[in-house]
Amino acid sequence: MSQFTDWDILRNLLLAARWTVLLSLIAFAGGSIVGLLLTFMRISRRRSLIWVTRIYIEIFQGTPLLMQLFIAFFGLGLLGIDVSAWTAAALALTLFSSAFLSDIWRGCVESLPKGQWEASRCLGLNYLQTMRYIILPQALRIAIPPTVGFSVQIVKGTALASIIGFVELTKAGTMLNNATFEPFKVFALVALIYFLLCYPLSRASQYLEERLNVAGKRA
Amino acid sequence: MSYQLNFGALLDYQDVLLDGLWMTVKLTLISTVLGILLGVLGAAARRHRNAALRHLSKAYVELIRNTPFIVQLFFVFFGLPAIGIKMTAIEAGVLALVINLGAYLTEIIRAGIDATPKGQLEAARTLGLSSRQIFIRIVLPPAFQRVYSAVVSQCIIVMLGSAVVSQISVPELTFAANFIQSRNFLSFESYLVAALFYLILAFLMRLAFNLIGARAFSRKEKTL
Repeated sequence: MSQFTDWDILRNLLLAARWTVLLSLIAFAGGSIVGLLLTFMRISRRRSLIWVTRIYIEIFQGTPLLMQLFIAFFGLGLLGIDVSAWTAAALALTLFSSAFLSDIWRGCVESLPKGQWEASRCLGLNYLQTMRYIILPQALRIAIPPTVGFSVQIVKGTALASIIGFVELTKAGTMLNNATFEPFKVFALVALIYFLLCYPLSRASQYLEERLNVAGKRA
Repeated sequence: MSYQLNFGALLDYQDVLLDGLWMTVKLTLISTVLGILLGVLGAAARRHRNAALRHLSKAYVELIRNTPFIVQLFFVFFGLPAIGIKMTAIEAGVLALVINLGAYLTEIIRAGIDATPKGQLEAARTLGLSSRQIFIRIVLPPAFQRVYSAVVSQCIIVMLGSAVVSQISVPELTFAANFIQSRNFLSFESYLVAALFYLILAFLMRLAFNLIGARAFSRKEKTL
């Protein structure tokens, strides 16, 4: 049996952390695309569309991410689609993030004063033009800090993919723990790497929010 | 695509499911109560005169909020026994849930405290109240009321997060679903039913908190 030095543990964890980062990026990109679609549905004036997105968000915010992962992993298999842990994790995290992101973004659009819409109407802009030139540019500015903040939740969410067998940082931690019997050291290192990934994002979100508030006060 | 969903077969395991559900409810109740207490203490420390306490509270909040719950859980369950702190799976689960909820609530309640009008503090000091009296009687109740809805949301998030505790073999709802699907291979049905239970729990929790909030906060306004 081979012995693990501290450097071996750290090196393997860092190698596995690449998958945590990649899965986070995919979930964030996928979640943004689906979330944007949902946001447009939610702020449309069609009642049916609004209800569909409401129920979607309610379901994904009201059930554990772990359940969503299990259902994606086992449920898709039943439909005859062969899913790897990788696909299931990417899919579940995408849907999960899209629900939260669209909820955040809807709030940003709705926080704009009603006068903006009325003024655009008076200037003869149609719905799409109002969106494109008036609403979205302003909403985007407000949306950046909470979106960056939510990305921390995505990085932390990827840790649950370890449970369906996707080898990322947490799974590598449990495997190394089984090999070295040094849980205190291994999980402290795992936590440290997550912290190093998430803390800069948290700080960036805070910083952006403070800057936005200052800019808002000056205007 | 010839698969037939078979929910009927789950009825054989309804005891397992209901026991799991009850365990999730118990875990949630205990960790909510203790978590709120820890959150209040953390927020008090965060605004304490003692700088060491302030830094400690801040470090605690940042450390917990920037690491995944499952890693915290594994650290408590596997890591702490390695340095001599032994506990059962349920104790480890509760401890991890409380530590996690406490950190988020510290930050939420602190925000409520910071919104206290300065005049109230000055008035309280003029009346000769001690700083402990000021915190407990003047600052905390309205601060808690201000952030109540955020506190409720966080408690629900922790209830959903308790699903992860199944990974250290605490027999709660997710563990029950895992157990059932390992017996009858009806994985999709088991998890769907468990997910439905979580959805109902989240709904009931919000309802219960709203009722408690309505009673607690309306009574206060009457006496004022």
